[in-house]
Amino acid sequence: MNINATLFVQALSFAALIWFTVRFVWPMITDAMDERTKRIADGLAAAEAGKQSLERSARQVDEAIAQARSRAAEIVAQAEKRAGQMIEEAKTSAKTEGERLVAGARAEIEQEAARAREALRSQVAALAVAGAEQILKREVDAKAHADLIAAVQKQL
Amino acid sequence: MAAGQAPQNAGEYIAHHLTNLRVGEGFWTFHIDTILMGWLTGLLGLGAFYLIARGATSGVPGRVQGFIELLVEFVDDTVKGVFPGDRKFLAPLALTIFVWVFMMNLMDLLPIDWVATLTGATGLHYWKAVPTTDLNTTFAMSLTIFLLTIFFSFKAKGAGGFTHELFTAPFGNNPLLWIPNLALNIIEHVAKPVSLAMRLFGNMYAGELIFMLLGIMGTLAALSFGGLLAGAAAGVLYWAWAVFHILIILLQAFIFMVLSCVYIAMAHEHH
Repeated sequence: MNINATLFVQALSFAALIWFTVRFVWPMITDAMDERTKRIADGLAAAEAGKQSLERSARQVDEAIAQARSRAAEIVAQAEKRAGQMIEEAKTSAKTEGERLVAGARAEIEQEAARAREALRSQVAALAVAGAEQILKREVDAKAHADLIAAVQKQL
Repeated sequence: MAAGQAPQNAGEYIAHHLTNLRVGEGFWTFHIDTILMGWLTGLLGLGAFYLIARGATSGVPGRVQGFIELLVEFVDDTVKGVFPGDRKFLAPLALTIFVWVFMMNLMDLLPIDWVATLTGATGLHYWKAVPTTDLNTTFAMSLTIFLLTIFFSFKAKGAGGFTHELFTAPFGNNPLLWIPNLALNIIEHVAKPVSLAMRLFGNMYAGELIFMLLGIMGTLAALSFGGLLAGAAAGVLYWAWAVFHILIILLQAFIFMVLSCVYIAMAHEHH
């Protein structure tokens, strides 16, 4: 129960321990803890940023796919349209070609018919002259009657 | 029992265990055991903290570092609870108090007769292993806290503010009340370190004394069959008291820490 000089020594020891803890021990521990807190916070922020950039890229990918899809649909539609056009064109050209051929054939037929008619006409004229010769029993001077024959021919 | 001169009766036994190893005369006496055990415990406790803190990593902490950080966080939270300001000094101070007082109290759990036998064998007849059962230690700490309280009062309020508060708080600023105010403040300022020191000392001293009484009871075992039973009972009781004492030494260290912080926090308050 006796207070003596030991008190001073103990007070100095206490002060030294306080100084030691304040100066070295405490900052070392709290620095490590603060540093860890910061690292965890940074890590979380980085994870968040990563997540966001992932979302962004996913969105971009979706957009690109949608674009490609609509472009493809456009191209298909164009191709279909073009195909239809080509078919139409082919149809029209075939039709006109057919018509042209038909018209050509028709013209040829008419020409043939006209030529045949011409031939017939000359033959009928000859027959008529021959018939008339028979009827008259005498020679008809073809040269003298050429005008007459030509007139008959014209009438046929 | 201590080796060498074995005390003859209970009174001598207790007196023997309660005597410090002294050097010097009168007031200039030094309790070598108290001082050395204080250094040893401080070195063990805070030295361990220092070694672990030096290897502290900001990455994944190991178990030991985790434990240290748990303690540091606990102390920091406790200080935060009583003091809202800058804890750069107060929190490590609280940690110092907690660790040192706990380590000194922990010496109480060393079986007293083993310590006595060990130190007796090295030729030291008297050796009190628990520095906190020495009033010099507890008063040294509480007076240091008291000085810090005064220092922070001056720092927070200035000499004028502090003096003004001594005369005007808590009753009010009236010349008639100056003397009662001053008297009350002096009592309050003195009561703080005294109660702080006496509480820790009383608890540890009483605990030590009960260990001694149980130790005396244990010595009966050698005498007779009935004594053997008493000795066995003493062993059980010694163990039970030691378990309970774990709570006390922790609690006293904690109380000393919190009250120190409260006193210093109060020094910052303006009335």
